[in-house]
Amino acid sequence: MNWLFLLNYSLHAMVPLTLTAVGEIVTETSGLFNIGLEGILLISAFAGALGAEAGGPIVGLLVGMGVGAAFGLLFAVINTYWKGTQMVTGIGINLFAVGFVAFGLILLGAPGFYDVSTSSELTPIRTGMGGVSPMIFVALVVPFFIHWFLKRTRAGLILKAAGEMPEAADVSGINVNKVRILAAIFGAALAGLGGAYMSIAWLGSVTKDLSAGRGFIALACVVFSGLNPLLALLGGFIFAFFQGLAETLKTMPNKIIPWQFVSMLPYIVTLLVVSGAIGRVRFPKALGVPYKRE
Amino acid sequence: MSEQSAAKQSRLLRGVHKTVTGLNPVLESLLAGVVGLLIGAILMYIWGFNPWQAYIALFKGAFGDSYGWASSIARGTPLVLTALTFSICLRAGMFNIGAEGQMMIGAMASVSIALFTLPSGIHTIVGLLIAASAGAIWSIVPAILKITRGVSEVISTIMFNWISRFLVIWLGVYVLVDPIRAEKTLSIPVAARFPVIVRGTDLTASVFMAVGVALIIYFVLWHTTVGYEVRAAGLNPTAARYGGIRNKRTMILAFLLGGATAGLAGAALVMGLPPSYAIFSSGMPNLTNMGFDGMAVAMVGRNHPIGILLAALFFGGLNAGGRMMQLGSNAVPLEMVRVVMGAIVLAMSIPELIRLFPAIKKSIENFAGRIRDRRERRAVKEAGE
Repeated sequence: MNWLFLLNYSLHAMVPLTLTAVGEIVTETSGLFNIGLEGILLISAFAGALGAEAGGPIVGLLVGMGVGAAFGLLFAVINTYWKGTQMVTGIGINLFAVGFVAFGLILLGAPGFYDVSTSSELTPIRTGMGGVSPMIFVALVVPFFIHWFLKRTRAGLILKAAGEMPEAADVSGINVNKVRILAAIFGAALAGLGGAYMSIAWLGSVTKDLSAGRGFIALACVVFSGLNPLLALLGGFIFAFFQGLAETLKTMPNKIIPWQFVSMLPYIVTLLVVSGAIGRVRFPKALGVPYKRE
Repeated sequence: MSEQSAAKQSRLLRGVHKTVTGLNPVLESLLAGVVGLLIGAILMYIWGFNPWQAYIALFKGAFGDSYGWASSIARGTPLVLTALTFSICLRAGMFNIGAEGQMMIGAMASVSIALFTLPSGIHTIVGLLIAASAGAIWSIVPAILKITRGVSEVISTIMFNWISRFLVIWLGVYVLVDPIRAEKTLSIPVAARFPVIVRGTDLTASVFMAVGVALIIYFVLWHTTVGYEVRAAGLNPTAARYGGIRNKRTMILAFLLGGATAGLAGAALVMGLPPSYAIFSSGMPNLTNMGFDGMAVAMVGRNHPIGILLAALFFGGLNAGGRMMQLGSNAVPLEMVRVVMGAIVLAMSIPELIRLFPAIKKSIENFAGRIRDRRERRAVKEAGE
């Protein structure tokens, strides 16, 4: 077995999971539950690829973040001021993204598979274990930063108040809806960054099922972490490792197990890890409950 | 008289959640549909298509003639069943987004009837039973994980969707493969197929099965104790528990019922879809996304079996007419339909959609007023100088 390939793949696969999960941790801490991450990953991967073709990889990443943030804003406004149903909004975003990306790919003349040109891809850093995308370092740093933000800053405390006890937060002069909107925008922007990373820094292509359940694996990662960004980093790596393992097993010459079963592996592991993790996890009291001022 | 008609109306709309605005829920679904179509139109316009022409082609293709109606109903048939899956579980207070996987498992299970022969009517029924039980069994694991370990069904059902997708591909490639044409599974034997009703279209008798199942689910949910318990558990789990309802049992029941209808959707997609009556293993084009589209149908149908029938006709029409939209000089890709679906679901998630319009109007007026004020103030200032 090629251990270097496995490690390399796992690190790369970790980036979207960790970024999305950490973003969702911020969103969930404030009391919103965004299951539209899958769609946000996909649509920002598409938008990021277009941005990268237009103005280089950095522009692409920023475009991805921007598109993610826009969907976060939409999600948040619907579920705060307009008192929407969070699950339904998330499902709507997912459906919309699948349709939009498939539609866009056809218009680009590449139905099903759009190849991002090499010049607009983010150049990997050459190391002993092959090319390593600089985004991996971003994914390694962001969780620590968010951890510090949530645990050590006043803003982090306000975020928690909005998720735990919105009434009390409101009475003490915090605009709960505004806090939640900002948190959702931030979370979705991180997911957007992860999505753009997938298309322009990692896989180098956009397909209809690019996100391949990663948005939901990130949700599983949030459950595993119990809203601790550092554990989300670990969880992201664990889930990514099994994706890498599946990829490695698929490329092995002697195919004892059919590839279909190997491909199931990451999803089965996710299920197992989540069912083991639940119980010790405590989520914000007002998670998923729209705040209504009396 | 008016009281009587109100009572009659309330009986018809029984189980439809009261909307916040007090607007007729049917109107609210229609409004969401219009908003979704509008968003689609804006996107088409941005991409350089003529949205008006595209929609005319779409609705002509969907409801313009008997062929269009037949294909719309045919497209809507599986959506009725996957929508029921979502709705039953939502009524019980859970978000089962695993209809996609349960439907695929049911579809592949129904292919297995090609392995044996039975008298024609019985063969069909056996196929349906196999598909329904396969879907139900497949949905039981997320239910058990939810009950024993508290795993969110949103995560577990999505994971199961992917697992079932790969499992079905494997079954299609290695187990139930057609020995002559390896790219597809065995075809359902002629005796077990749903007969085509309208010649030249793909509308088969499976539509009667779907409508029948919807009516049965309606009866079960609103006229039996079990259904009452499921709905009570969904509306207020704590109160239901105080009332002596075993929530865990109702959860499992809702999942089983939902899995069974999803399995039937799979059966309808294989046993009632000419010309192949089989699954194509690469990409599974006739199955993919039917479960997810069902969720949109469920929401527009207000999670009520009768509403679902109407919504499925609408979405079936979108899918059938979408193919007509692809033709001609103003060729809009079929995928536009799913964009519209997503937009409709987004619009459905806003309970006070109707209130937004006055709000938007007001804010535009405010904005315009502010600009006018500023201009006037500036004019006054300039006059003063």
